[in-house]
Amino acid sequence: MRVSLIKLAHARSGDKGDTANVGLIALREEFYPILVREVTATRIKGHFRGICHGDVERFELPNLGALNFLLHHSLGGGGTLSLMTDAQGKTFSTALLRMQIDITDEEAQSIGLS
Amino acid sequence: MKNVIRIAAGQGFWGDLLEAPVRQVNEGPIDYLMLDYLAEVTMSIMQKQKARDAGGGYAKDFVPLMKQILPTCVERNICVTANAGGVNVKGCAKAVQEVAREIGLAGRIRIGIVTGDDILPRIDELLSRGIELRNMDTDASLTTVRDRIQSANAYLGARPMVTALSQEAQVVITGRATDTGLTLAPMIHEFGWANNDWDKLAAGTVAGHIIECGAQASGGNCQFEWSNIPDLANVGFPIAEASSDGTFVITKHPGTGGRVSIPGIKEQLVYEMGDPHEYITPDCIADFTTIRLEDAGVDRVRAHSVKGQPATNFLKVSISYSAGFKAVGTLVYAWPEAYEKAKAADKILRERLDRLGLKFDQVLTEFVGVNATHGTLAGEPPPSLAEVQLRVGVRSENRDAVERFTKEIAPLILTGPPGVTGFAGGRPKVEEIVAYWPALIPKEEITPVVEVIDA
Repeated sequence: MRVSLIKLAHARSGDKGDTANVGLIALREEFYPILVREVTATRIKGHFRGICHGDVERFELPNLGALNFLLHHSLGGGGTLSLMTDAQGKTFSTALLRMQIDITDEEAQSIGLS
Repeated sequence: MKNVIRIAAGQGFWGDLLEAPVRQVNEGPIDYLMLDYLAEVTMSIMQKQKARDAGGGYAKDFVPLMKQILPTCVERNICVTANAGGVNVKGCAKAVQEVAREIGLAGRIRIGIVTGDDILPRIDELLSRGIELRNMDTDASLTTVRDRIQSANAYLGARPMVTALSQEAQVVITGRATDTGLTLAPMIHEFGWANNDWDKLAAGTVAGHIIECGAQASGGNCQFEWSNIPDLANVGFPIAEASSDGTFVITKHPGTGGRVSIPGIKEQLVYEMGDPHEYITPDCIADFTTIRLEDAGVDRVRAHSVKGQPATNFLKVSISYSAGFKAVGTLVYAWPEAYEKAKAADKILRERLDRLGLKFDQVLTEFVGVNATHGTLAGEPPPSLAEVQLRVGVRSENRDAVERFTKEIAPLILTGPPGVTGFAGGRPKVEEIVAYWPALIPKEEITPVVEVIDA
């Protein structure tokens, strides 16, 4: 079944120049492997098409049950150069949580989502 | 030598809650108060202030704050680390010295002054010796902005602050120092950690990263169960309770609002994170993939097992330069067809800007209420949308073009689609853009200078 990431994770995002960072954190430990499997850099790049104009990098933090994404060229020049309302990428976190991912029926059952 | 010290965060940025540091000092036991005042472009603002007034150029808020809290700090032996000095560290220290004397602390406290970060006068000399200071993000050569540079500072780490603390400075004032160094320095000083004790230095750096954004580690801006985080009006700022073995507990004073929780600390750990294996500071490289968190009671999260690597041979440099002008104009359109009206107004505005022959590097239109934060991910708005804010920004090297733009917003009210309001603020302001240029410099080029004076 398809499920919105907001059911599985929380997040915080910020900026480094024209790069937005999004830290995606599993709500429960057992959700982390699902995030690792489904939320790939390629999926993120597709999700943020028209917003992220550069590469997407992904880093794994299994100790925190978290993934960190760097979305390059996403903030209209970044910092003071950007004209965007969200020049600091603060709301990229929830923008990511809109993503729909696929989980198996067993997973859905085991996490009480079916 | 102490085995545990409590380092309290008092400011997450220049402009944070004014009462926060006062409450940190007054509402529970702490040993150190760290205050982070410098965002990336703050130095350029301070450089301008100093150009206008040779006595300015530092975080002015810091001085009245010291006047207010120093008596308690002296009574309870609380030391302060602050990068409040901006581009005039000595001027800031002198102002603190004066208020200390005013309140009868003459000869009773010492003030540490850390300088050596300012490389603005040395830019040409550095470039001539082949130190290129290329932009870390774009690899561009600094010569492309050389004549527009407003400030240039190397990020100093914890060590110079440790030197000041070891000479019994009660207040240590720096210019451009890392946020994490403000927290790490007290640990190195108290616990005598060696220059190459990378794991402990990394642990202190992680603690610094957690508390450097103030209440973002204690319930502020926390997505996890945000609506039941108690009493944010009364939010307690975070405190790092550090042990000499490199473990630490993040907590806050009892009786304050907010929450210190594992999910909240995780959110702050990933905030502004790059490669988590390599969080690079002047003091060490911290590996964020090694951090272990555990629940240590109500509003207490313990961190341990942090691993570190040797520091690099470079310091980061933050250069600011003038990069043209910008302005943002807004108007609000109401139901019915609010979005359609706002879009029509944007089209009219752009046509008028074209006819005026104005050239901009960028014109950005956002519809607040529709797409300003999540863009197309938010989908199409419902026809019942109550209102939408049209927000148009322009950027140009040409100040006159931006100035002219600011005069084209209000006329839309009488000459564009109906149902429009929200212009009470008058014409938008033209803003000079001071942009940020990150670069690297070999460590040996920078010599921190530490001076400790009596109040």
